[in-house]
Amino acid sequence: MRFMARRLAFYLAAGWVAVTLNFLIPRLMPGNPVEILISRFPGQLSGSATRALTAAFGLASRQNLVQQYLTYVGNLAHGNLGLSITYYPSTVASVVRESLPWTLVLVGLSTVASFTLGTLIGILVAWRRSRWMDGLLPLTTFLAAVPYFFLALVAITVFAVTLHWLPASGGYDLGQQVSFSASFILSAGQHAILPAITIVASSIAGWMLGMRNVMITTMSADYVLTAQAKGLSGRRVMFAYAARNAILPNVSGFALALGFVVGGAFLTEYVFSYPGIGYVLLQAVSNDDYPLMQGIFLIISLSVLAANLLADACYVLLDPRIRRQG
Amino acid sequence: MARMARLMARMARLPVTARTGLVMLAGFALLAIVGPVIAPDNPSTVDPAVALQGPSAAHLLGTTQSGQDVLSQLLVGGRDTLLLGLAAGAIATALSVAVGVTAGFLAGIADEFLSLLSNIFLVLPALPLLIVVTGELKDRGPLPTAVVISITGWAWGARVLRAQTLSLRGRDYVLAAREAGERAWRIVAFEIIPNEVAIIASSFVFTTLFAILTYVALAFIGLTDVSTWSWGSMLYWAQNGEALQIGAWWWFIPPGLCVALLGMSLALINFGLDELSDPRLRGIAAPGADRGDRRRARRLWRPAAPTPVLYSVPPPDPEPAPEPALEQAPQLTVGGQP
Repeated sequence: MRFMARRLAFYLAAGWVAVTLNFLIPRLMPGNPVEILISRFPGQLSGSATRALTAAFGLASRQNLVQQYLTYVGNLAHGNLGLSITYYPSTVASVVRESLPWTLVLVGLSTVASFTLGTLIGILVAWRRSRWMDGLLPLTTFLAAVPYFFLALVAITVFAVTLHWLPASGGYDLGQQVSFSASFILSAGQHAILPAITIVASSIAGWMLGMRNVMITTMSADYVLTAQAKGLSGRRVMFAYAARNAILPNVSGFALALGFVVGGAFLTEYVFSYPGIGYVLLQAVSNDDYPLMQGIFLIISLSVLAANLLADACYVLLDPRIRRQG
Repeated sequence: MARMARLMARMARLPVTARTGLVMLAGFALLAIVGPVIAPDNPSTVDPAVALQGPSAAHLLGTTQSGQDVLSQLLVGGRDTLLLGLAAGAIATALSVAVGVTAGFLAGIADEFLSLLSNIFLVLPALPLLIVVTGELKDRGPLPTAVVISITGWAWGARVLRAQTLSLRGRDYVLAAREAGERAWRIVAFEIIPNEVAIIASSFVFTTLFAILTYVALAFIGLTDVSTWSWGSMLYWAQNGEALQIGAWWWFIPPGLCVALLGMSLALINFGLDELSDPRLRGIAAPGADRGDRRRARRLWRPAAPTPVLYSVPPPDPEPAPEPALEQAPQLTVGGQP
């Protein structure tokens, strides 16, 4: 329990750093969101509107930095992330709420698929170390070193532009209304296949390689030899003895990957113009939309921290050695 | 010449992965040095007459939408990509050595603080942070970009180096140096860091790979200075010119492939370094083993048997024969009488 308490304290500290960085970065950089907003709507904003905006962005000039910081933290505590400039007058919170589900479904499902497949292949490659299996390594190395978006571009060229099998961009057909009707879900599913495949292809090598390397170390352990000497079937030894003990690092890696689900797919969403949170963040960057940028960065950092906490909890549950140490 | 030969002999003993990676990296280094000189055209010269042509004798890799020569862009852009990757890798590695070794060596409250710092940088999501920071950066030239990338990439190395330093600082030779009254910086510089060269090298290679992929991604999104030629900015212009939709594969395949091969060479070097420290990770196809060896190793091997490690037979040593004293040593001890 002491272990978890220590970790919790650490994540609280890290969370505070994320919040503070988020507060400081735009204030250290030149430019002011209100000026940007005014320049986007020339002549349309009155003096009182400008003052109201300045207050809304937490930039009221009377306040010193400490007071601004306190206001900022107070707003956060109430879930108030401010107003978006790109999608003005929507609030940052509502923009995030609209785009987050797209990312969660697409990246979440692909992460689960990639983890499951990669771990299974890793077990098999380690178990039967034949030459052609080890020959897979250079190939997967290549796939892991290909810049992700390049893989996606090639996939679009081949499957969408040349073969016309799948749509090249967007989250659903433009004629569709966002709803839970069968035709909408079908359309959304079609649009998700290509991005999902590219995510799996680019991330599977890591799971595979990690599993293979730990598995090879585990396989020379005495309890694996004992299990074989008892005459257990090869499959039983492979899964219930060797893999079960070797999977620990992969499981905690998976918990971390779940944290990156929220923010880890910018390039996917950019290349496929997928309406998720990464795409919105890039829109925010190209429009100098500081409140939206900050809000999204904050949400991403907090979910990564939460996933890290989850990974630690997994370790405590799966590995009794840590419990005893604690 | 002899020195060269010895270097080659040592190369031949490296795991095959590292050897392949080193050769590939050397190729890219050569390209970065001579590329801008041998480029057939000025990469920025616009020539509407030959816009968007496929590969031909005049333009070996075809032309862009505005008639720029793709091959020239590729040759010129390699230098920028590689240099920025190496620079960011070097800055990040320097940072991780400074933080990691200091934390491990000082221990106590300084260690707690520095570990907290590196752990925080480790869990903060790198790409979103980079996008937010570069989005607000006014000067997007190569150096600021390299600095920003290295700020997000140093923490991993620092953590590994701290652990290693912690284990080294209790070793006898470090304690002896302390007893002898050596100053702290001297112990760190001459006793500790030389014993961490392998880890530092591996962390440098890893960070450089991270930096190159990140730089290319940032350039592709348009968050770096895309008016200078790099493989990332080539991809940016290709995406902007809708090379995909037109089917102009010669425009975006070459830069992407180059980045992939460069990344692969670095990844292979790192695998090789891992295999050097843990031979069990080697594939069956160890260097120097002939086909018979491999077949025997496969036949003899059972899942529970100790992992077969095929060592290559070391080439005959060109160095002088061992000191005779060493060979006589066993005789001296027989019965304790000379």
